[in-house]
Amino acid sequence: MKSAFISAVSFCRKTLVIVELEIRKMRHDPTELIMRAVQPVLWLLLFGEVFAQTRAIPTGNIGYLDFLAPGILAQSVLFIAIFGGMSVIWERDLGIIHKFLASPTPRGALALGKAMSGGARALTQAVVVYILALLIGVKMNWNPLALLGVIVTVVLAATLFSAFSLIIAFSVRTRERFMGIGQVLTMPFFFASNAIYPIAIMPPWLQVVSRGNPLTYEVDALRALMLQNGTSVYGLGTDFAVLVLCTAVLITICTYLYPRAAT
Amino acid sequence: MKIIETNALTRRFGDLIACNNLSIAVEQGEIFGLLGPNGAGKTTVIKMLTTLLPPTSGNASVAGYDIVHHASDVRRVIGYVPQLLSADGTLTGYENLLIFAKLYDVPRRERSQRIHEVLTFMDLADESNRLVRNYSGGMIRRLEIAQSMLNRPRVLFLDEPTIGLDPLARRAVGDLVIDLRDNYGATIFITTHLMEEADLLCDRVAIMHQGKIAALGSPAELKSAIGKEGTTLEDVFVHFAGSKLESEGDYREYRETQRTRRTARRLG
Repeated sequence: MKSAFISAVSFCRKTLVIVELEIRKMRHDPTELIMRAVQPVLWLLLFGEVFAQTRAIPTGNIGYLDFLAPGILAQSVLFIAIFGGMSVIWERDLGIIHKFLASPTPRGALALGKAMSGGARALTQAVVVYILALLIGVKMNWNPLALLGVIVTVVLAATLFSAFSLIIAFSVRTRERFMGIGQVLTMPFFFASNAIYPIAIMPPWLQVVSRGNPLTYEVDALRALMLQNGTSVYGLGTDFAVLVLCTAVLITICTYLYPRAAT
Repeated sequence: MKIIETNALTRRFGDLIACNNLSIAVEQGEIFGLLGPNGAGKTTVIKMLTTLLPPTSGNASVAGYDIVHHASDVRRVIGYVPQLLSADGTLTGYENLLIFAKLYDVPRRERSQRIHEVLTFMDLADESNRLVRNYSGGMIRRLEIAQSMLNRPRVLFLDEPTIGLDPLARRAVGDLVIDLRDNYGATIFITTHLMEEADLLCDRVAIMHQGKIAALGSPAELKSAIGKEGTTLEDVFVHFAGSKLESEGDYREYRETQRTRRTARRLG
């Protein structure tokens, strides 16, 4: 019992060391984070402003820009997370992964730490989206508990999509294929979700797909937490349950694939 | 005391037997060299002993721990420097060491002192706050060896530690390896295909050929076994490994070498 507790503490500590490592790298070279911030600016300022004028999309009691802001945050999280797995291909080619695997670090801590560091990167995007949303007059919810909820949602979703990205990276093994697959996958995730329009206006088959897309539950949670008049369609309990469950499954697969990268 | 023992250790990759019934023992405090042409299976042996690759059959122990059943104990007591230059270029030298000190559970109050010690030993103290991508190849190698010493390993595995280095840097690494054994009492297991280097450094060498041990002994013993005046270790190597050295390289190892060259180029 006691030794299980000690290994759990050690597991968490090692996970945080991996996150620390990635944050240190990010601090030395924030170029990627700055480039990634361009995309939400385009979506909110260009796409958002135009569609807000047309009033073509029924968004209930909130304006279209309010409806869109959480969706674009979720999109930024998805994009920054899904290309994060690229670094392990690089690290495998350089032999960095070998050194980590030969150290007394649990495989699960390597996988989880790597995925959670996507959360750290995603939080920088949350700051960008919050500033933009404020500028274009989205009615935000500044309740500290709601803000905390947004942080948890962003980190959780980034961990989920980063784990997914790691699985792709371990499977395709080259950077070129990884980029190709990353591009192909992000758009379906994004369009087959409630990020920029409600699921209710989709054809029935697409509604089914969207209900199976974890991004939908992330957006649903963010919409409830970020906005003054935000509501959740599925309930925050369901949203978090889906996100936690998917993350757990994907991290388990990553933990299994990680050591194979060094063979 | 035998600190590494392998017993019919075997690893297959499909039809290829990269390591075939390997049974060797390494004594504590020894500098043991595993020599062989490209593709002989040296890296496969090191990967098994460092728990990165499970054996197909047979077993081995490092510092008394079985490499399969007590892999995490093995990891705690070894240091490992992989073939490729693998320090993280986007971090400073100090940060590279800090992260690994934490992963190896170096106690918090000893951490900075331990890092300072290895930096001084490797003559990198003045460069510790520069990003590693601005280091030379030789400096990166020294940093990696420093990193592998942080946990005061009982066995240090060095896979082709001088590959891609210029002669000066190569000599520096060689001197460090001897210092490491003398000052820290670590056993050193080194692979190389440079015979001169092995002759200078190693107490005993094993010549590996096509996954098997072709000869084993001190460099002097092996040279006298050939019996000719002025025999070099290189002659011994050719004698036991045959003359068709380069043609034996399998694709896997070829790719690794290509990568090493790329890395070396990128790092200048």
